[in-house]
Amino acid sequence: MSTNGKNNTGNEVLLEMRGLWIEGQVEDDWQEIVKGIDVTLRRGEVLGLIGESGAGKSTIGLAAMAFARPGCRISGGTIVFDGVDLMAASEYKKRSVRGVRIAYVAQSAAAAFNPAHQLIDQFVESPVQHGIKSRSVAEADAKDLYKQLLLPDPDNIGYRYPHQVSGGQLQRAMTAMAMACQPDLIVFDEPTTALDVTTQIEVLATIRDIVDQFNTGAIYITHDLAVVAQMADRIMVLRYGELVEEADTRTIMSDPRADYTKTLWAVRSFRKTAAQQQDPTPLVTVDHVTAAYGDIPVLHDISFEIHAGLTVAVVGESGSGKSTAARVITGLLPPKEGRVLFRDEELPGNYWKRSKDQLRHAQMIYQMPDTAINPRQRIRDIIGRPLTFYLGLRGKELDQRIRALLEMIELDPSQFIERYPAELSGGQKQRICIARALAAEPDFIICDEVTSALDQLVAEEILKLLDRLQQELNLGYMFITHDLATVRAIADEVVVMLQGEIVEQGSKDEIFTPPHHEYTELLLSSVPEMDPDWLDRVLQQRKEKDVKASAQMS
Amino acid sequence: MNEPADIDQAQTADALPPARRERGWDAVWRELKKAPWTAKLGLVLILGYVFVAVFAPVLTPYGESEIVGRQFEPWGGQFLLGTDNLGRDMVTRLIYGARNTIGIAFLTTCLAFLIGGVGGILAAVLGRWMDQLLSRVVDILMAIPQLIFALLLLTIFGTSIPVLIIIIAVLDSTRVFRLARAVGANVAVMDFVEAARVRGEGIGWITIREVLPNIMAPLSAEFGLRFCFVFLTIAALSFLGLGIQPPTADWGSMVRDNATLITYGDITPLLPAAAIAMLTIAVNFVVDWFLHKTSGLRDEY
Amino acid sequence: MRPIFTIVAQRLALGLLVLFAVSLIIFLGVELLPGDLAEEILGQAATPETVAAMRKELGLDLPPYIRYFEWLGGMVQGDFGTSLASQREISELIGVRLGNTLFLAGLAAAIAVPVAVTLGVLAALYRNSLYDRAVNIFTLTSISFPEFFIAYILILFLSVNAGWFPSLSNVTVETPLWERIYRCMLPALTLTLVVTAHMMRMTRASIINLLSSPYIEMANLKGLKRSHIIVRHALPNAWAPIVNVIVINLAYLIVGVVVVEVVFVYPGLGQLIVDSVQKRDLPVVQACSLIFAATYILLNLTADILSIVTNPRLLHPR
Repeated sequence: MSTNGKNNTGNEVLLEMRGLWIEGQVEDDWQEIVKGIDVTLRRGEVLGLIGESGAGKSTIGLAAMAFARPGCRISGGTIVFDGVDLMAASEYKKRSVRGVRIAYVAQSAAAAFNPAHQLIDQFVESPVQHGIKSRSVAEADAKDLYKQLLLPDPDNIGYRYPHQVSGGQLQRAMTAMAMACQPDLIVFDEPTTALDVTTQIEVLATIRDIVDQFNTGAIYITHDLAVVAQMADRIMVLRYGELVEEADTRTIMSDPRADYTKTLWAVRSFRKTAAQQQDPTPLVTVDHVTAAYGDIPVLHDISFEIHAGLTVAVVGESGSGKSTAARVITGLLPPKEGRVLFRDEELPGNYWKRSKDQLRHAQMIYQMPDTAINPRQRIRDIIGRPLTFYLGLRGKELDQRIRALLEMIELDPSQFIERYPAELSGGQKQRICIARALAAEPDFIICDEVTSALDQLVAEEILKLLDRLQQELNLGYMFITHDLATVRAIADEVVVMLQGEIVEQGSKDEIFTPPHHEYTELLLSSVPEMDPDWLDRVLQQRKEKDVKASAQMS
Repeated sequence: MNEPADIDQAQTADALPPARRERGWDAVWRELKKAPWTAKLGLVLILGYVFVAVFAPVLTPYGESEIVGRQFEPWGGQFLLGTDNLGRDMVTRLIYGARNTIGIAFLTTCLAFLIGGVGGILAAVLGRWMDQLLSRVVDILMAIPQLIFALLLLTIFGTSIPVLIIIIAVLDSTRVFRLARAVGANVAVMDFVEAARVRGEGIGWITIREVLPNIMAPLSAEFGLRFCFVFLTIAALSFLGLGIQPPTADWGSMVRDNATLITYGDITPLLPAAAIAMLTIAVNFVVDWFLHKTSGLRDEY
Repeated sequence: MRPIFTIVAQRLALGLLVLFAVSLIIFLGVELLPGDLAEEILGQAATPETVAAMRKELGLDLPPYIRYFEWLGGMVQGDFGTSLASQREISELIGVRLGNTLFLAGLAAAIAVPVAVTLGVLAALYRNSLYDRAVNIFTLTSISFPEFFIAYILILFLSVNAGWFPSLSNVTVETPLWERIYRCMLPALTLTLVVTAHMMRMTRASIINLLSSPYIEMANLKGLKRSHIIVRHALPNAWAPIVNVIVINLAYLIVGVVVVEVVFVYPGLGQLIVDSVQKRDLPVVQACSLIFAATYILLNLTADILSIVTNPRLLHPR
């Protein structure tokens, strides 16, 4: 699986899907999800399917196995795999192909492994049940593969149950399982999306090695451009179930043709306007805060400041405590030690002991716009409530203010004011959340992963909107994210967190220019870049470093 | 912390464009037209029962407990369905029975929902000790089989209609509590409720404006199911002679009073029982359809 | 320490605690009586002197907590006190009847459990087929029927019209087993019909829930045979929900016997409790309630423990 020189792609066509139509059931109707897609894959080739949510890429991946999820059906087209027409094949024939000639790697390994059986039992299932290998041979194969995939203790890890193994390891065990019968084709359905960046890079590297080594063809499905650039020989860009553009990886990365592809490529180019001079008194001060959920410590001696008009990005992987820090500031989790100050005035630890005005100053925007606004209230009520609650606005005055806020977030008041959230798209909902926060006329807003549930194009617009509002209203932002690209785009200052502690903090330039703290370095170097050679380069660098380190040791 | 789950959801949920929500009676009517025949039948039957219950005095030829003939007169002639063990008109008793049995069961269910629903949502929203306290009390009340508990309480407090209503309502409110707490807790942890909390909203606003509207669908379905259950419990108690007391016409006790006829192959005592069964079937059919619609579950695998 | 033992032990302790709390409620219920038991018994004949004498006889002059522990201690040793109505030892009344009730419930369960689980699993496997739809309508209908309705329909058809089974199930200690089964057939069938419907619906729902798991999709994508998927992948995870369904319905059976016993004049505990409620014979009602409640709690406890010990996450801790 490589884009760098070593091109072992044969000319023999392995999989050919022509005019593929797939429909999904919505209530009682059928709607088209995939609209006449053609896919051709040669032996040993890796095809990347990329697109935003709703593009139909997973559905196409499953269709390669002649499989449609419950509630979906393949309504037209042909699927020919290695000369066999799978659409016309019997159920028996399809079964003999699945797992043997075509294997599948699911997004969530934790859910896709059966909790009742050991990993190795699930590994040997395909070869033994299809009568390809004996159990003992298959078990030996499993251990070899576990070793190649760099799983710890490869001889014994197979005898563990899925819940006894970490997420990254489980994802690799699933890749091993897909290789059990040495298939001609593997469908990878967002295999690293559920992982942290530092884990993701390891899994990417092992997947690529193994596919290269066995000369396996692959369909690699992802929404992440930088990832697909590392993995695929050729890329198909999809949108709304239709093909936008198709070309080999290097061509499409350097010279995208379709407008949509160009905007996708340009997406991470946004940079915040430089910060203005700052007010010497910080808006919010987090002062030596230690916090715990019950007996489980989550934050240890955290201190940082947020100034008006500036954005502090708090970065870390899952479990780093970045969201907990926000909960301490909002008063949802009173700290065990330390305090939170607003303009040098100490805030009560618990939110219900704070005054209305103290609550009003700090507002919050959430990660999931779907759950952050009440689906049973109209937009008018959602935005209107803080206006009435904090500022006592009513009647005509209230209506005018709601409309002004809607304009501020670039939604047409006459169109949106009477709608329910279900009638909005994800990006529009997030705008409503922003408007609700602004309605309180705050000085400070906590943005908790506000873009991670959104498609990239939408996310970019939200970032631009937040930036514009910051300039106009001189707001202080605390921006929680796991995505360093977002940090680069919006931060003035950066706080890097790991396991409840701050490992490094400083201005954006300080953090992004070497020398870095060891963890920051790891984090930074693990973020995939659009350059197709990035993965090779990073792996090479890390190897050299290891060699150097061990040389120093001896 | 929750990046993975979200992206996952975005991938699957957005596979289809969001359906536009329709409002108003047009939408209701359209849904009704698409409903399966079982649900339509159920709705028609329920409306029929309600009609009979409301207009009982107009529809009946005789008074509720008026003795108008000899015991066990046969069907036909003056008495369409004959007379009962005391010589009262069966048709009249059946129609009044609709009013009494359904009315009492409905009242009881409402009371159960008031107690259980309020308790459940409060437990979900307040959490902590309030939740612990209420949940433990309910656990213990539910550890005793409901019918047995009802029998014990009826022994202690005697059998009268108000006592009956209160006892059954309190016992049944435990199930309502469980459901309201469970669905309420799912909503109470959502970000929009958290947003309301940190906005400084009081418990009343959070309960009534934020949580309640979002759990109306499961609660309404549960109302139907609980109604059936209460209705059957009261009928069973009446059948055992411990529920609604004579001379009030009631379907459960009518079965008991006329049960001897069955040994002669006369199906008269089955009529009130069938009346009970038909209403519960109707409600169950409608609830089944409603659950299917609102749960968003698509019935395939 | 393996967590599974800790969890089971905790659950057992909790069960005991609940049992204790329930006994307290049943005991205290009587204390809520307007006036007291002595006045209740004497009724019209209550004069201050007779009431005082009766109170002494019943031990009502002792403080409640002493009476509670005496009552509970007696229960544990099988001494339930004396009936107010018949002045007989309650244990005497209950002994044979408890056996009869358990026999009837057991007979119904023996028919219902295999039938319901099989049919429920089939409905889940052939979801949306004609069979599944028929099952849905049948089960919805029969859970809507009052027990006495089913009972009288069975009497009408199988007893009065066909003459296959007796409509009254009078059994005594001497009745031989086959005769006993024959006489209990109609009440057992009634209970079976009621319970089967519930059990089928619950089994179907839990299996469908299971079959929509991602690991079942994965098994499909590995090209495994349907039978293999069901046996290897679905079944090991289905035990807990199925066992749960069975036990919950057994608990339901225990209560369901009350009405059925009355219809068929079957000499069981249900019949006794109904008679005693009518006579307001409190000690008997208390004793019966405690037995019913204890059985019910025990069954629910069994369900919980079985689902704990079949959970792979707890069986194989990290």
